[in-house]
Amino acid sequence: MNWLTNFVLPKIRAVVAKKEVRDNLWQKCPGCEQMLYYRELETNLHVCRNCGHHLRIGALERLKILFDEGAFERSALPEVLADPLRFRDRRRYLDRLREAQANFGASDAIAVASGRIGGVPAVVAAFEFGFLGGSMGLAVGEAMLAAADLAVKNECALIVVPASGGARMQEGVLSLMQMPRTILAADRVKEKGLPYIVVLTDPTTGGVSASLAMVGDLILAEPGAQIGFAGARVIEETIREKLPDGFQRAEYLYEHGMVDLVVPRHELAAVLGRLLGHLHKGRPQAAAPAS
Amino acid sequence: MANFLDFERPVAELESKIRELRHLSSENNLNIADEVGRLEKEAARLLRQIYGRLSPWQKVQVARHPERPHALDYIRAFVTDFVPLAGDRAFAEDAAIVGGIGRFRGTSVVLIGTEKGSDTEERLKHNFGMARPEGYRKAQRLMRLADRFGLPVITLVDTAGAYPGVDAEARGQAEAIARAIETCLDLRVPLVAAIIGEGGSGGAIALAAANTVLMLEHAIYSVISPEGCASILWRTGEAAREAAEALNLTAEDLRRLGVIDRIVEEPLGGAHRHPDEACRKLGEALEAALLSFRGQDGESLRRRRRDKYLAIGRRGF
Ligand SMILES: [Zn+2]
Repeated sequence: MNWLTNFVLPKIRAVVAKKEVRDNLWQKCPGCEQMLYYRELETNLHVCRNCGHHLRIGALERLKILFDEGAFERSALPEVLADPLRFRDRRRYLDRLREAQANFGASDAIAVASGRIGGVPAVVAAFEFGFLGGSMGLAVGEAMLAAADLAVKNECALIVVPASGGARMQEGVLSLMQMPRTILAADRVKEKGLPYIVVLTDPTTGGVSASLAMVGDLILAEPGAQIGFAGARVIEETIREKLPDGFQRAEYLYEHGMVDLVVPRHELAAVLGRLLGHLHKGRPQAAAPAS
Repeated sequence: MANFLDFERPVAELESKIRELRHLSSENNLNIADEVGRLEKEAARLLRQIYGRLSPWQKVQVARHPERPHALDYIRAFVTDFVPLAGDRAFAEDAAIVGGIGRFRGTSVVLIGTEKGSDTEERLKHNFGMARPEGYRKAQRLMRLADRFGLPVITLVDTAGAYPGVDAEARGQAEAIARAIETCLDLRVPLVAAIIGEGGSGGAIALAAANTVLMLEHAIYSVISPEGCASILWRTGEAAREAAEALNLTAEDLRRLGVIDRIVEEPLGGAHRHPDEACRKLGEALEAALLSFRGQDGESLRRRRRDKYLAIGRRGF
């Protein structure tokens, strides 16, 4: 894996591709409905200048924001069996999967990379929400285990940034099995005394929320992110009443004691850097007590 | 039977005919006795035929049958000296998850189960087997208790899923389930799970990351209900039958996928027809599973359980 071929070149290709097809220079803010110019959005880390809404971003954008100078080395994802159930709904799952792979130039809904944050080495596993809703199947589970192994090898923290609707139901119960498997991934890091940090982003729901996302040593969240186990629509249908304002938002979870800190995107790398400074292996140690 | 499923109708009709004839046969008519015998044979043949090739969607109906034995029925049948234990020590008692300590085949064990309830009052009390965070936290507490005293843990899973409610979300449903799975994986005592009816998604795996996972022949275990899957992927709940096929949620499917270890045969016509026999068969299977851990120390039980989950999906099927 090298930085040039795995990050710079795809990035250039992505930019070129974007230029060719960019017919949408303006995007409507989901928060305030104001039209936002793409260049301004990009320089503002996809946060609306008008209302502060944090728009969803892709995995590569996320890695660029988190790592020092936007520099990192991406890891190839482990190979897994594609479409284990030969699942077909109105379309074949395999077709949906191949299409997403082509669109994102990635094998599945997660990107794993290593680099430095605040000068401290770290591994980041960032979900790609656009890739089949960031859903977790065999590939994401295996990638989480590989990310944990990489963190252990590098003796550094593993930072996971979920953006996912939950389990990939086209992989049936095998996707459910990624809940214990990703918890085991987190344990690999923790067992070595290394930090396992979760940054919840919009959205983090279903099986992803009830596994890797909630077992962090520390749990941060981006403002306004939707975070919860059950879907809001399902809850509404069950209880037949309107949901409270701000329900399942990052701030709601904060008030209910489920996250440590809600951190705006602009400050995320700095806050993570400070936390890593306190927790990483090479941190300044207190002098040993005199014997 | 008071409740019969659509595809059981031919059997139900025969059985009602048999009942009528029996009523008449009080007049001691030999021809009628012959006819009853013939019809009984025919009913058994039909039942074998129907239950020998249930479709996944039919299995969904059987797994949810209201007269199917539930967790407490099994506990009453094969556990003695049972003391129920309650509460998560943080917020509340959640009757959707029952638990306690009791004697199984001469050994003290901790039992934890999602309980659906068997009549309206019980169903409401147990919230139809859909637990809130306090239920999963109670389960964690009981598993830790078992760990501390070296008692094997038996879990009985029968739930449509975790309760989707505002209160459940407010108190951290996702965290409670994640920590329950983490606790399952951390135990240094044997953990055997049995999927006895519905193994509904996160609410099921929260109690089922086990050394051995048993599954009743007509139970189902799935990442999402067929109805939920249909409404998302097919955009209509009407496609639930297709979704049930596609999801691979039957015991046979799950064994092939390496997610469960053993299928426990049900009595002819399903557990709801002969609950006592179902209880006996599950009891035997649980006993055999627990016996298989003889001589393993805690570390190896924990390591093997974890290795088992790491291995799922890595080989072909
Ligand atoms: Zn806005």
